[in-house]
Amino acid sequence: MKVVVDMNKCQDHGQCVFAAPDVFSMDDGGHLLYVSDPDDALRDEAEEAADVCPLQAIRIED
Amino acid sequence: MSSGRVVVVGASMAGLRAAEQLRAAGWTGAVTVVGDEPHMPYNRPPLSKEVLAGKASFDSLALTPKASTADVEWRLGTRAVAARLDERAVDLDDGSTLAYDGLVIATGMRPRRLRCSGPRTGRHTVRTLADARGLRDELTRPGVRVVVVGAGFIGCEVAATAVGLGVTEVTVVDPLPLPMVGPLGELLARALLRRHEERGVRFALGTGVAGFEGDDRVTGVVLGDGTVLPADVVVESVGSVANVEWLDGNGVDLGDGVLTDEWLRVGGRPEVVAVGDVARFPNARYDGVPRRVEHWSIPTDTAKHAAKSLAAHLAGRERESAPFAPLPTFWSDQHDFRLQSFGAPVLGIDDVRVLDGDPDGEVVVGYHIGERLVGVVALGGHTAAAKAARYRTDLLKQPTPAVPSTSTSTSTSAVPSALTVQGASK
Repeated sequence: MKVVVDMNKCQDHGQCVFAAPDVFSMDDGGHLLYVSDPDDALRDEAEEAADVCPLQAIRIED
Repeated sequence: MSSGRVVVVGASMAGLRAAEQLRAAGWTGAVTVVGDEPHMPYNRPPLSKEVLAGKASFDSLALTPKASTADVEWRLGTRAVAARLDERAVDLDDGSTLAYDGLVIATGMRPRRLRCSGPRTGRHTVRTLADARGLRDELTRPGVRVVVVGAGFIGCEVAATAVGLGVTEVTVVDPLPLPMVGPLGELLARALLRRHEERGVRFALGTGVAGFEGDDRVTGVVLGDGTVLPADVVVESVGSVANVEWLDGNGVDLGDGVLTDEWLRVGGRPEVVAVGDVARFPNARYDGVPRRVEHWSIPTDTAKHAAKSLAAHLAGRERESAPFAPLPTFWSDQHDFRLQSFGAPVLGIDDVRVLDGDPDGEVVVGYHIGERLVGVVALGGHTAAAKAARYRTDLLKQPTPAVPSTSTSTSTSAVPSALTVQGASK
């Protein structure tokens, strides 16, 4: 599984961090950090994060 | 168990999510999605902001369906005109009929229009891509004068975007004394009024619209006190109306959207569910009173829950036991600030306290019923969400009150009957 975030779209809403804290986090400045190749066991939460992104900036690829 | 067909009526985010979640819940039968717009589902929050500002193309709005929905049939540019729930059939405006085993109601809302005398031309709403494109063309005319009717979320977002585009005359009209005061309460509403005024938005508050001036197109807005505001463009953001007429005659409660039970099932029929803005559902997190919630997160939340209950029924399995209990969330970007909300502020609007910061700068405000925190709203820069996150955890941890919910509630509860933030980030 590969996680791709369009950082041009991202506006740091942080909804993905709530949905998938093992994949997404915020740095001290409130900007997004993420794991681009998380373990497949995290697929459900990564999909949830993609669904709840207000900018629809997150793609999950196989 | 994979024979038969589920028909999803409505092809916006709620319809798409319903199709995806049916697959995730194990439904392998046919899925047909019917939508009256010509477009595949797209994301609406940018319509009043980036699209209006000319910063977003349709490609950037389109929602990418999950691979699991590759075999879904999309009947776009087609409207459902009638449902016959006893016969499990939906009639379409092209004269055809779709028989179903399962039905998902996802027809959403349309903008309410002002019923006033005067011309129609020059009057706009913002709900669809076509709406936003039409309004953008008008806002970019040099020297244009704009009157926004309705100081809710959409109205304030449009006013902010217009100012950002360089429009020098933007006036927001509302019968209430402060913008967004209904969903947010006085404390934040005052802070928002000041921020908008500092950035060049004018307000005519405490007065409604009596009519429009002009022959072929609008030239002015007549207020309730007789004042006339010159206007080349009027934006009506005065709430919304549920698209439920096609369900008439089936004995379903359509009083405000489509009434559902706590599994989003409609009219006591396990094969019919409602999702998105149009669903009026009890939220077990609060008090069991069914409400519609027009927040961006709700289509996804409702689709997940409804698809599970529908797929279980169609497969002859027991539905899952937990009733629906989403944590509502909304945001609104206006000028250079963001509002970020978790929970149900409107339920605690009579007891609003500053939790962090100061209304003149970044602030987090809490809404209470007694000592129970029921909602938080942060106002500030783009880091406001992070500030509110700590309180979001508190809201999630709170035990759900043991109030029995009922799908036929005629509750006389004092809390508002509609947890509706008008068009918040739609």
